[in-house]
Amino acid sequence: MTLHGHVPPEPDLVQLLTPEGVRVDHPDFPLEITDDEIKSLYRDLALVRRFDGEATALQRQGELGLWASCLGQEAAQVGAGRALRSQDMAFPTYREHGVAWCRDVDPVTLLGMFRGVSLGGWNPNENNFNLYTIVLGAQTLHAVGYAMGVARDGAVGTGEPERDTAVLTFFGDGASSQGDVNEAFIWAAAANLPVVFYCQNNQWAISEPVERQSRVPLFQRASGFGFPGIRIDGNDVLACLAVSRVALDEARSGQGPTLIEAFTYRMGAHTTSDDPTRYRLSEELETWKHRDPIERVRAYLIREAGVAQEFFDGIEAESEELAIRIRQACRALEDPSPLSVFDQVYVEITDELAEQRSDYADYLASFEGAGR
Amino acid sequence: MAQLSYREAVSRGIAQEMARDERVMLIGEDIGGAGGVFKTTAGLFEQFGRTRVVDTPISEQAILGAAMGAAMTGLRPIAEIMFSDFFAVCWDIVVNEIAKMRYMTNGQVKMPLVIKSGNGGSLRMGAQHSQSIENWAMAVPGLKVVTPSTPLDVVGLMAAAVRSDDPVLFFEHKGLYASKGEVPDGEIVDELGKAAIRRPGKDATVLALGLMVGRALGAAEELAREGIDVEVIDVRSLVPLDTQTLLTSISRTGRLFTVEENPRLLGWGAEIASIAADECFWDLDMPIRRITTPHIPLPSADSLEDAVLPSVDRIVQDVRKGVSL
Repeated sequence: MTLHGHVPPEPDLVQLLTPEGVRVDHPDFPLEITDDEIKSLYRDLALVRRFDGEATALQRQGELGLWASCLGQEAAQVGAGRALRSQDMAFPTYREHGVAWCRDVDPVTLLGMFRGVSLGGWNPNENNFNLYTIVLGAQTLHAVGYAMGVARDGAVGTGEPERDTAVLTFFGDGASSQGDVNEAFIWAAAANLPVVFYCQNNQWAISEPVERQSRVPLFQRASGFGFPGIRIDGNDVLACLAVSRVALDEARSGQGPTLIEAFTYRMGAHTTSDDPTRYRLSEELETWKHRDPIERVRAYLIREAGVAQEFFDGIEAESEELAIRIRQACRALEDPSPLSVFDQVYVEITDELAEQRSDYADYLASFEGAGR
Repeated sequence: MAQLSYREAVSRGIAQEMARDERVMLIGEDIGGAGGVFKTTAGLFEQFGRTRVVDTPISEQAILGAAMGAAMTGLRPIAEIMFSDFFAVCWDIVVNEIAKMRYMTNGQVKMPLVIKSGNGGSLRMGAQHSQSIENWAMAVPGLKVVTPSTPLDVVGLMAAAVRSDDPVLFFEHKGLYASKGEVPDGEIVDELGKAAIRRPGKDATVLALGLMVGRALGAAEELAREGIDVEVIDVRSLVPLDTQTLLTSISRTGRLFTVEENPRLLGWGAEIASIAADECFWDLDMPIRRITTPHIPLPSADSLEDAVLPSVDRIVQDVRKGVSL
């Protein structure tokens, strides 16, 4: 017997809809869902993809400074997003456009951040969707703190569906190596907090493959911290919805945290500043295209649910309208006024900063034609 | 003699030192096959292989903690923190560990470590990816702090940093990566703690660092047309600080302006202003003027970022006004 002789088998992942569009049952995660509800999920997926593609195009046209595409991860995001109840709180990374969509954050608001006219700017409490967090993994600790607050408010385990609250936080395979994330695991476990840690393992942390982050499948890390972990097919919106619902329900009922590893693929670049052809093989992308999260839902709807072409035409028309609205609204976003940079640094502006503001106003006024 | 971009100069400088000394290694995120997110390490992975150019997990604490441990064994690591803003997530290792190891072991442990990082604004990267943090580093005893402004200085100061037995924070300016300059062939080694007079002048001393050096020189050109002769000094090294060069110039011109990208409070220029007030107060013909970014987080909108970082126009205006006093 040697300690290093044991090789664990590759783990299963929970799947309820195959890449070919066939519904399959899972003994632990049955999902009661109507075909109309699946059509609604299809609409989410298709519109998110269109919005995301439009944003990439806007960046290429110089209308955005940067875009972090969620191409390929739509099911992982929509499945989780649609599992939330309105009182639940979500803490995203910077790529959760699909979750933002489910939380009714206007896509144009997201574009404002990537256009640079705001640094986020939306009110996290309005839609229970925190600002995009750019510093890797920090949001997992914010989620833990928020969950502490939820627990102190007594909004866990009351059995009242409108009251019990869960916190869902997103991160990626790269961020799983951050100290913050591991500290969040420790605290959430020790205090049995209502947090669901949702890791979209999209296989790449910019140029680094997931093997660079971990020797074990990421979901298995949870067991060392003392809470359940599970891997799901992140390109299967039904599996993402079903397992997220169970994990959020268990969090709301006071059973503590869960780690969900949504096994997916970043089909595009890390951001529009990145070129993945420098470090990964195109065969890999081709393989994942066969597991596309949207095509399988479409295949199911056509073949198993008998949905007619008019439905898809309608979604296509709606996508087109959305794209036009986004393009126009994005181009209409104006730069804020120069003196606004001094606003909101402090609750009340300090004398020192007020002086800098006044100097700056004088400087602006010194230009020819200023004040016209 | 070759024309190199600033980013190419970074890898040239590292390659020079890695080829010279096999104890030098490079660790960080995306520095290997990807060649660095700013392409400052392009070609090094191919040249030196995976044992000396190491892509790490996405953990800044781990990168610097491991670099420190490696330095204690006699290796001379160069660690990359991708954006200098990320120093905030691993500052404990820098401040409480790396900076104090020599001191707390009574000099028995050396810390020959370089931490290179993309610093500064002008690229529309917003409040959390654009900060100039050289003044944080300057506030910690035990660290050396340099910021090159030209490709030639990048190579020479990188070599000097690698050869230093003290830990060096090496701030590359992100806004300069695409800039170009002449770099002679062969080995280049500079010296830490030396400022460079980029343009001699007699009416005023303008001190600048990193991206601000070019802007100060641009302003000097404009002012020269008005008959104001400005001396522009590239501070280059904040710790150690070349007070001799700085004070000699200030005493001679009688006017001191600093051009600082960092937010105003406790920027590096405040320390130099304090030294100048102590050492050459009676040579000054006017109050010391600091031209800085206001004390605000950096906005990302083009027009706003341009408006708040010290610009050529702003430097011209402030110096003109000061000199006319």
